[in-house]
This record gives sequence, C-alpha cells and structure tokens, in this order.
Amino acid sequence: MASAKIHASAATHADGPRPFRPRLPGRGAYAGHHVLARRAPTQWLASVVERSPVLMRWFTAGERVSKRELFGCRMCGQCALPTTGYACPMTCPKELRNGPCGGVGADGRCEVHPEQPCVWVVAHERAVRAGHGDDLTRLQRPVDQRLWGQSSWLNYWQGRDEGMWTEPVEGGRDRGSSILRRELGLTPVGR
Amino acid sequence: MMSSLRDALADGRFAVTAEIGPPRGADPDVVTRKAELLRGWVHAANVTDNQGAHVRMSSLGAAVLALRAGVEPVMQITCRDRNRLALQSDLLSAAALGIPNVLLLTGDHPIHGDHPDGKPVFDLDGVQLVWTARTMRDDHRLLSGRRLTAPPTWTIGAVENPFAPPPGFRAHRLLKKAVAGAEFVQTQFVFDVPRFAAWMSEVRDLGIPERCAVIAGVGPLRSLRVLEHVRDNVPGTHVPDALERRLRGVPSARVDDEGVTACVETIQALREIPGVAGVHVMAFGFEHGIPEILSRSDLDPQEATPEVEPAALPGGVPHAG
Repeated sequence: MASAKIHASAATHADGPRPFRPRLPGRGAYAGHHVLARRAPTQWLASVVERSPVLMRWFTAGERVSKRELFGCRMCGQCALPTTGYACPMTCPKELRNGPCGGVGADGRCEVHPEQPCVWVVAHERAVRAGHGDDLTRLQRPVDQRLWGQSSWLNYWQGRDEGMWTEPVEGGRDRGSSILRRELGLTPVGR
Repeated sequence: MMSSLRDALADGRFAVTAEIGPPRGADPDVVTRKAELLRGWVHAANVTDNQGAHVRMSSLGAAVLALRAGVEPVMQITCRDRNRLALQSDLLSAAALGIPNVLLLTGDHPIHGDHPDGKPVFDLDGVQLVWTARTMRDDHRLLSGRRLTAPPTWTIGAVENPFAPPPGFRAHRLLKKAVAGAEFVQTQFVFDVPRFAAWMSEVRDLGIPERCAVIAGVGPLRSLRVLEHVRDNVPGTHVPDALERRLRGVPSARVDDEGVTACVETIQALREIPGVAGVHVMAFGFEHGIPEILSRSDLDPQEATPEVEPAALPGGVPHAG
C-alpha cells in the first residue's frame, strides 16, 4: 500500500508540472471565490479546523482533490488562482507566476508540452473575458517553498498569504521612474 | 560602476549590443577572440548563460574574460539552473568583479538542451529576479530582508518577446519588468518590422520607454539552414513568409549577402521607430561579420564607443537609475 502510494506520487512528478486546462469555467470560479472569500465565518472555520490535526488533514485532502480535479492543483499552499483567471500557474513547466515565457508557440502551445495550450494564454483569455485582465499585471512575489502541501484556503482565511502580490501595475507617461519603493519592495513572505 | 551602455542610454545615443557565446570547453582564448572582434563596435556584449540549456563556460567566468579583453559585458543570468540563494550570490559576485550590466531572464527549459535529464530549478521567475536585483541594489537588501554590507551597482536588463502569444499581454508583461526594476530590455529577433512597430506603439502608450530602454534584437539569416533553424528551433521567433521568399528567391551563393542586407535594412527601419533605443545583434557564430553589419547600418565605431571616457564628458552624464 505504502509503496504503491510512493510509486504514484513519483509518477506524477516524473516529468514535472504539465499545463492543465481548468475544468471550471471562469465565471463559476470567480463566483466560487466570492462564496469562499475571507470573512468572519470562514476565518472562524479555519481556526476550528486548525485546532484539530485530524480535521486539518481531512480538510487539506478535500482541497487537494477538488482543486486537482478542477484546476490541476499541485498544492503549493499559496494559491494564485484568483489573480490568474483561475488557470493555475504552478502547472506551467517553469512554474511562472508573473506571466508567460517567451517560448510560447505562435498557436499558443506550451513549448515544453506542445500538446497543451500555455497556461498563461488560457489565463489571459479567461481573465480578460471575466473583466479581470488587470489582475495579470500584479507583481507576484516569489513562492515560499515551505508551504507546499499546506491548505492554501486555511492560509488565506487566516490572512497568512497577504502580500503575495501587489496592486496591478499601471502604465502612463507621467509616472516616469517615480516608483514608490516601499510599495514594491520585496519583503519576505510566509512565516 | 562605469557602464558605457548605461551612459549611451542615458544620453539618448543609439545603443549597440552584441552577443558572446561562451565555449563548450575551458579555453579562455575563445572568449577573448570573440571579444576582440566586437571591441570598439558595441557599447556592451551579452555573455550568455548556458544558452538554450546547453552547458558552456559560465556567464560569470566568460563575462570576466570579456571585461579583460576590453569589452563591456552584459552578464546573463537565468532562473533555470540556480535557486534564489545562488542567484543572489552570483549577482553579488558579478558586482564585485566589476561587471557593470546584468540581464536577468527565466531561461529555456532544460528539456530543449543537452541535459534534458537535469532538474529544472525555476525557484524565481524572470520578473521576480529583476525585482530581487533591484531590491538588492536600491534597498540594499536580500530577499530574506537581510542588509547588504556593500550594495551592488549594476544596470539591470531583461528580455521580452513581442511576437509570442498572448498578443494582448506582451507589452504589459514588459511593463511588469520595468516596474520591477528593468532599466533596459532586449527583444527576441525582429524579422517582422511592422508587427514590432505595432507592439512598440503599445509599449509607448504604457510609458515604458521613459523608464526602460527598448533595444531591438536583430540578426542576419545567412543561409537557408540558419533560417530553418531559427524558424523551427529558436523558441518564440517569427520569420515572416516575405523574408523567407526573399532568401529563397536568390541564387544559393547570394543568400549570405541577401541575409546580411535584410538585417541592415531591419536595423535602419528600427531606428525610425520612436522609442527604440538601440539594437542587439545576435549573429550565430558570425561575430566577425558584425562590424560590417553595423557599418552598413551607419552605426560606425566612433559613434558606438566615445574616444573620451563618458564620465569625463562636459556636463557629466546623468545616472539613469
């Protein structure tokens, strides 16, 4: 049993992340986020779950299964989906959090897995269609590699993932190089 | 740190950069020879970092060799082979060794290289690496928040591919890099000038040239084999049909010359596009031909490399940072 489990997990990692086309339409995903947004009840739920290791394990397993089926989730523990049109950037073979690489094929295919569309091409389509195109211009801070395997819902409801991204960056000639460093400085994320 | 690339960009002179690919071997003379071909013709030369995920002498080592040979290096650093610790320590080494410019990119996936069995790192992405470098230089801090005893001073560059999907996002992606701290950007090969010009108009609308100088990538397609290689194997390039027809339409002995002529015409067309601050010439082992390309494009060495040390020019030179 244990060895079968190890084997299965090795198989999923054998060729690294692979682009995943979300199974939940963008509209449904944005609506779902609205329901699951951080509010007093969800925060309370998170604190209850986190008091019991068993409950936490089950809760995390539930998140893993549902998000894997819908978004190809790999449980990075710091979910960027709300800012990426609900296409998971961690399914990009380079795990790019800030947009597509320069190698996307002319037809929008991933350069590493040409049988799949680039995650970011899908993200852009979905975000723009839902009126959330600006989200893609947020600067996403580096991934905290310690959070793999954790529940990002719990981290979100408990406010532990704040500062994962900036406000959308804006263009404009008048802004010149007057960038507020405080606003953009990279501070350590996570605990 | 003196950077003639930074000075040219700050002065609004048309910048010229080229590329030095480090050898697959330990012979320093290969780098020195390539540098000598470029010396005096370019403001700076990129030293590539395991380009195309093929192992070569490191960009740090080769950049120091280029510097010794009298060519200002732009040291490329990719996120493919190093985690955030190694990236930051290599950035510090670059500054300590007098390398005045760094070019920070995500990097090609190892699957396309000579060690497809290797572990891809990608601990940071290209935007985050630019952001990290800016934080190190301007805030004097590491990603961990720890203070640097002596901050680095390099000019920070990035790359962008104007031609890759999604088309509506490419200029915004460059904006992210500019806001993160990129002071100049070199683009993927431009073979399709009208398409590039359309992208530049988006770039200007976002106010990018005021904070990040755009240097357009060019290169001669000197044979049909090179054309096919670039079209099929260089990720994210676009060779328009008209150019392919043009090169296929001349006798095989003249393809070489026609390719160089097309490159010169591209450079001249790019100089007319508002917001284009320079060209980056990538020549696939044709380094000895770069002076000819530049002189035929009216980019003569006197313009490219001032006789006087830029810092000694009357009035001084503003620091672009």
